[in-house]
Amino acid sequence: MKRHIVIVGNGITGITTARFIRKYSSDRITVVSSETDHFYARTALMYIYMGHMRYQETKPYEDAFWSKNKIDLVRGYAYQVDTDAQIVRIADGNDIAYDALLLATGSQSNKFGWPGQDLDGVQGLYGMQDLALMERNTKGIQRGVVVGGGLIGIEMAEMLHARGIDVTFLVREKSYMDYLLPQEESQIINKEILDHGIDLRLTTELKAIHGEKMVDSVETSEDDRIDCQFVGLTAGVHPNIDVAKASGLETNRGIVVNEFFETSVPNVYAAGDCAEFNADGIGSRRIEQLWYTGRAHGKVVASTLTGQRTPYRRGVFFNSAKFFTIEYQTYGDIPVKPESNVRSQVFQSGRKLLRINSDRTTGRVLGFNVMGLRLRQDQCEAWIRDHAQVDDVMIQLKKARFDPEFYSHAVYRQAAAA
Amino acid sequence: MNHQPSLQLTPPGSRYSSRQKVGLAFIGIGILFLLITFLGNGALPPTFTFGMSLIGLIVGSGILFSRLLDQPAGVNNNGVWFSGATARGMIGWILGIVFTGFYIILYWSPTNLEQLIRGADPLSMILRGTPADQWFLYGLLYTLAVLVMGVRMLIKYRDNRYQILRTISVMFFQLGLAFLIPHLMVLLHQPEFYFSYFWPLKYDYLWPSTFSSLSGPGLGVFLLFWTAVMTVVATPILTYFYGKRWYCSWVCGCGGLAETAGDPFRHLSDKSTKAWKVERWMVHSVLVFVILTTLLLWANQMSGGGFLGGLTMLFQQWYGFFIGLIFAGVIGVGFYPIMGSRVWCRFGCPMAAILGLLQKYFSRFRITTNGGQCISCGNCSTYCEMGIDVRWYAQRGQNIIRASCVGCGMCAAVCPRGVLRLENAPMEARYNGPVLIHHDDVSVQLNDSWRSNRPIMPSVQEDIPILTDEDVR
Repeated sequence: MKRHIVIVGNGITGITTARFIRKYSSDRITVVSSETDHFYARTALMYIYMGHMRYQETKPYEDAFWSKNKIDLVRGYAYQVDTDAQIVRIADGNDIAYDALLLATGSQSNKFGWPGQDLDGVQGLYGMQDLALMERNTKGIQRGVVVGGGLIGIEMAEMLHARGIDVTFLVREKSYMDYLLPQEESQIINKEILDHGIDLRLTTELKAIHGEKMVDSVETSEDDRIDCQFVGLTAGVHPNIDVAKASGLETNRGIVVNEFFETSVPNVYAAGDCAEFNADGIGSRRIEQLWYTGRAHGKVVASTLTGQRTPYRRGVFFNSAKFFTIEYQTYGDIPVKPESNVRSQVFQSGRKLLRINSDRTTGRVLGFNVMGLRLRQDQCEAWIRDHAQVDDVMIQLKKARFDPEFYSHAVYRQAAAA
Repeated sequence: MNHQPSLQLTPPGSRYSSRQKVGLAFIGIGILFLLITFLGNGALPPTFTFGMSLIGLIVGSGILFSRLLDQPAGVNNNGVWFSGATARGMIGWILGIVFTGFYIILYWSPTNLEQLIRGADPLSMILRGTPADQWFLYGLLYTLAVLVMGVRMLIKYRDNRYQILRTISVMFFQLGLAFLIPHLMVLLHQPEFYFSYFWPLKYDYLWPSTFSSLSGPGLGVFLLFWTAVMTVVATPILTYFYGKRWYCSWVCGCGGLAETAGDPFRHLSDKSTKAWKVERWMVHSVLVFVILTTLLLWANQMSGGGFLGGLTMLFQQWYGFFIGLIFAGVIGVGFYPIMGSRVWCRFGCPMAAILGLLQKYFSRFRITTNGGQCISCGNCSTYCEMGIDVRWYAQRGQNIIRASCVGCGMCAAVCPRGVLRLENAPMEARYNGPVLIHHDDVSVQLNDSWRSNRPIMPSVQEDIPILTDEDVR
């Protein structure tokens, strides 16, 4: 008996789930999305705006892939789930009955009730509709203000800069992303931002946005007034739990799930950005909002959905980003302020940096950060997982290098000398 | 800090800096002198007008490229899909028609280029001691294109040592082995020989006609030896150690032009599965065609012209016309702004076909994917001039080993997450398969036993074809 598995959301979590369900079973699969007809890489939104790619290049699979793999795609807005009748209500009335349902509804941009936050020309950036809006909002403008020093903030600054628009970047913290990055890393990025001609204002918050109908200026916590025609609100995201709330599922900040991604209601699951674990120690935090975690959630929940109830555990942490021209990779545990028993060795030359953390007493390597350099993921993971000694790691560092050929850098020479 | 948007007449993207205007002015002057060379009544000597035209175009290009230096080093493809020149807009189509038309005139009606050819006479006299002909003019323009656009590459990718070395290499081989040396050999009364081209790309180098013309006195025997050794011995060995790239993106003149003049168009290659199918059929058909032609020619030669003589001549003529002229020349370069820079290399070049087969089955080369780091953004696939859907492999954590890959390294250069690396390493474990368990995953250490127990194909009624992504490709 084939079951009908319905997935709400065609982002990386929903689509990974669909693909793995198809690998494991012949169940009927329907993916519902109100955003786009096909899966695209949200990570590439900025590249569309900057002219590196068009929408079609951001689609990881050809359109024929879905019908070939018998994955039905429905464009529609799922606003509620009738959990008793097991029906997803769709805005256009074409409701869908399910045997199992996955909510992978992603995130929404944060708005903190700033005066003027709903003026024209003020927006966040999360999905394709936001990108279209940003395209309209930034046509022919002179200056944009980006509020919030996270990843989307710096991406938006880069996007506007690429279009020749002047950017003022308001960052609440003393240094860019210093809540996640150690001082040296953070300062490299400050410098990179300034070198691109961005008007970076640290320790500065947004006080109010002014304008009649359209934004014409913002006011900062320093009581500066900045004339602008666009404001990007990028002060983080929160789980999109609208459908879950409307359907009586247990929610907190996200849709509450256990380690099997099971919600409070039978046959309804939630995974990806929108889910919140009901205990610590399942993910690296209760809400995981990375591309990589979305993909990992999807893969695990696909097993559960096809009858192999599988718990999720995050392995060795890794993440990556790119800040203007500077690539960043992190493996394992690199806290901003490590405890006293952690030894943190930093090798830096210009904007390239290598950091290796280890345990002072046991000598075990705990984590790596690199900026402007590339390391091999499986090697770094293996060292961390197998408790490699930091001294051995330093000697064998070459094994982990993933930079392009003919590449040599002072940072590695420093590390080798250490 | 008072900005007054109401006073702004044009959107930011269309504003030109004064430096850009100067650059464009030089280009304009270059084009003007080119027109005078074509249409002038001889009041100005063609050498002067042609020279001025080249100076205008080269200086203008240099000034325009200098804009790339304003940005901090780092891959920057801003606006590539917005510009008409690089996104099949009006300028792109005009360029395509001009390039294609130039080839047609060059091949079939060179008298129309008489003034240009005369303009190249002084250089031809210095290099080869004879007045220029259409082929000298062509070689000159080709080499200049590689050099000028090579400088652009060096600026654009100045933070990437692989790209720098590779670009210097193609500039060197084009200027030295494909331009200066062949002409100087003529000056020294030797055969005009291209050391950087081999059979089957330079298809007649293993044809009986070349053998008989080279077997005379002088360097001939050495050249024959060179040709044979490079084709039969060096090619497989070098490809085993370094992949196809040692030739296609480091040495070859066609590749050299594609990698320099073609760089602004690399993203226009078709990435669809359908294009891949067409590519495999076409490129291997051309390979069969050239092998057959070569064999026929030799059989005919051995039998003193008795073996299928008429058919052999037909093969020879057709290969030279359809493949040598139309495909490699007219389409290969003329279609850059429409189909990307590697149309010939991908769909037609028999040398690429051989190197590709060697690369796929007998080489240490691969593009390694860095675990589960891929974010599926698509930059790698977009900027692959050979139309390989690199992302398809990268997002599965799988190494990329494709016959067509010329190893230009651009996928690794544009990747925003450091996911790809060109590597030569032992052949074992080169094809690593989709890494589904480890890299892409998290539940590995904790609970992986369920997966090994699971059948790869589910045990359901078999009338339903269950396609996974492996099946699609």
